[in-house]
Amino acid sequence: MTSACYLTYSCKYCRAPGEPGKVDEVVVGIRPDRFLRDMPSKVERWKDETYGLEIRDHLERFAEEGFSAIPDDERDAWFERFKWWGLYHQRKGQESYFMMRIGTPMGRLTPEQLRTVGEVAREYATGPVENPEFGAAYADFTTRQSIQLHWIKIEDVPDIFAELESVGLSTIQACGDSWRNIVGSPVAGRDSDELIDVWPIVEELHDRFKGNDLYTNLPRKWKVAVTGDRRGAGQGDINDLAFEPAVKEIGVSEPDSEARQTASDGGEEVAGFNVNVGGGLARKEPRLARSIDVFCRPENAAAVAAGLSGLFRDYGDREDRFNARMKFLVDEWGTEKIRSVLQEEYVDYELPTAGEGLREEYDYNAGRSDAPGDYVGIQDQADGQNFVGLSVLVGRMAAADVIELADLAEEYGSEMIGLTQRQNVIVGDIADEDLDAFLDEPLLSDYSPDPHPFMRGSIACTGTEYCSLSIVETKNRMVRYARWLKENVSVPEGVSDFHIHLSGCTASCAQPQIADISLRGMKTRKDGGAVEAFDVGLGGGLGENPRFADWVEMRVPADEIPGYIANLLEVYEAERDGQESFREFVADRDEDELSGLAEPEETSYEDPYLNNTKMTWYPYADEDDMSASPAPTNAKGDPMPTDD
Amino acid sequence: MSTDVHQLDDGAWVSVNDTREVNVSDLWRLAGGEFCACRLTDFLAEGFVEVGVDGGNVEARIAGQCIQCGESGVTGWLTLGRVDPETGAFRPVVPESVHRPA
Repeated sequence: MTSACYLTYSCKYCRAPGEPGKVDEVVVGIRPDRFLRDMPSKVERWKDETYGLEIRDHLERFAEEGFSAIPDDERDAWFERFKWWGLYHQRKGQESYFMMRIGTPMGRLTPEQLRTVGEVAREYATGPVENPEFGAAYADFTTRQSIQLHWIKIEDVPDIFAELESVGLSTIQACGDSWRNIVGSPVAGRDSDELIDVWPIVEELHDRFKGNDLYTNLPRKWKVAVTGDRRGAGQGDINDLAFEPAVKEIGVSEPDSEARQTASDGGEEVAGFNVNVGGGLARKEPRLARSIDVFCRPENAAAVAAGLSGLFRDYGDREDRFNARMKFLVDEWGTEKIRSVLQEEYVDYELPTAGEGLREEYDYNAGRSDAPGDYVGIQDQADGQNFVGLSVLVGRMAAADVIELADLAEEYGSEMIGLTQRQNVIVGDIADEDLDAFLDEPLLSDYSPDPHPFMRGSIACTGTEYCSLSIVETKNRMVRYARWLKENVSVPEGVSDFHIHLSGCTASCAQPQIADISLRGMKTRKDGGAVEAFDVGLGGGLGENPRFADWVEMRVPADEIPGYIANLLEVYEAERDGQESFREFVADRDEDELSGLAEPEETSYEDPYLNNTKMTWYPYADEDDMSASPAPTNAKGDPMPTDD
Repeated sequence: MSTDVHQLDDGAWVSVNDTREVNVSDLWRLAGGEFCACRLTDFLAEGFVEVGVDGGNVEARIAGQCIQCGESGVTGWLTLGRVDPETGAFRPVVPESVHRPA
């Protein structure tokens, strides 16, 4: 049957709004989703039309002509495309302002690059209202070792790009459906105890897969971790593709790429990687990356990565974005099929089976009592110098401090600044004789190498301040929590590193499932009114036996969280077995025991943003009602007329 | 006048004719008892899963949970608002009034 299609929604037969076309086998009146289920999503259509490098030309055109030059009926499409160049339109009430993400592979920057970030933040990342905790301009260091700036105007983008690119930084593919920033240990090559220096490999992957037409347009984001250390600092378990350090004896019976083995007498022990795929945390569907039983030599990492991202490009689900991530393809196919398709269709050498990993040595965010779980503090480099890990509470640093840190690093001869997945920062290459002077620098009283455990372990995502998805206020709240905990709660003996991850929603950008205490944004009713709240999880972490948190307390009002944590730590202190870590303490208890461990409680902590921050145009504005928003604004920040 | 609707940013909001109109994080009161056993579901919208247009109504299925009992899942079709056929203007419903998913 043939009938007129009355829809424009995602209809591939009716490209032009208001111009019905002819649709076969469709009954007029049926809901669009019912017959569009087999069609690519609207985002896929936009990507088909324009995506990748070519977006840059359009961005620069809109920048020159101004925000209002983006046609009203094309804005959603352009905002979706801009992500590929690292620009994310801020939430409702903040129209015309963008978050800009700068991808720094493995979080590594030179002091010069860091200074440029600070200068760009100071000049361009200022909005109509200051943040009460962080001031007018700041940079966010993210859990994927990138940098986010807010309140960016599209008119400033070309100048910002020029400044960033003059020092070798870029926003390319920082968001969108492609290869994202590659994560790993920033101190690779400097770490005194690592299997492989992965920095050259990561540079190769970055160069090959950024701006590469073959991998420009994937079904969804593609997150890669490369780990060569013995700490597990790449956190590969929560990535789409993880290269995990491993050794393998490769003999004549098991050929591999270049057949370099000298194996006539039993084989050659090779340091390389085991390959895992399909990890991720989002949408209440957390998955640990799963082994596909492949060992990969360092020189083959790019070939294997190309094969797996090509497989994802070709077989990932482009019809349903909620089912598009690699983790769902691994669920559907199983690891054996992933391996066989990779072997048969994407790689032209015989893949060796997995080698012996180093997982039992992992201590990064592992909840161990015998090792720190982060890079904070002073640690030895392989060359006899030191790197100094500084705590950056919730990963946000004022622009002036970013610049000062860059200056300090340069003054002390550092060639490497590292951003970690715990939202902290590392300054490398500090000589022994300079160490005391460096540690005495006033800036380090704010960003300490020896912070209080509650300040050290706190992570938070962007939250309702800017993000469309978030349910609750996050960064400022985590700052208030950490301060209250520091002032009011005794740290259990022996605990130096206690991880609290606060995420505003199920997207899990603060990695809530892998923390000692996991907080995930929620709402509840209190005294009859709706208030911001959290689901509380306990005992998550990575390491030898990675484990997601058990969700034990649901919908706890945000002002009762500090009291809950205080009560919980009191129980832990009283009932733990010897030096048992908090994570071990949780692992030893079943669900019922965990649910009854402690009670939420009101305390002296007061939460000034307990009500619905999402209803405001900006939570910290004096006039915060949505109708008071100045957005959209022009290049100078002056309000522009709207149709509303 | 045709109506163009879609959900974006991982289901964070619904666009109607290229204007952001409905966000996650609102609380919806749902009647009908299909989502959970509560007399009236106190539903937190966490993500828009599907959107569509039925006549002048913009509709969606929403992922979320009842903040009274904790039941989570995806609602039936809910009317988010109505588009004026003459002007194209979107008139949202009031989430906290009572709705009955289809």
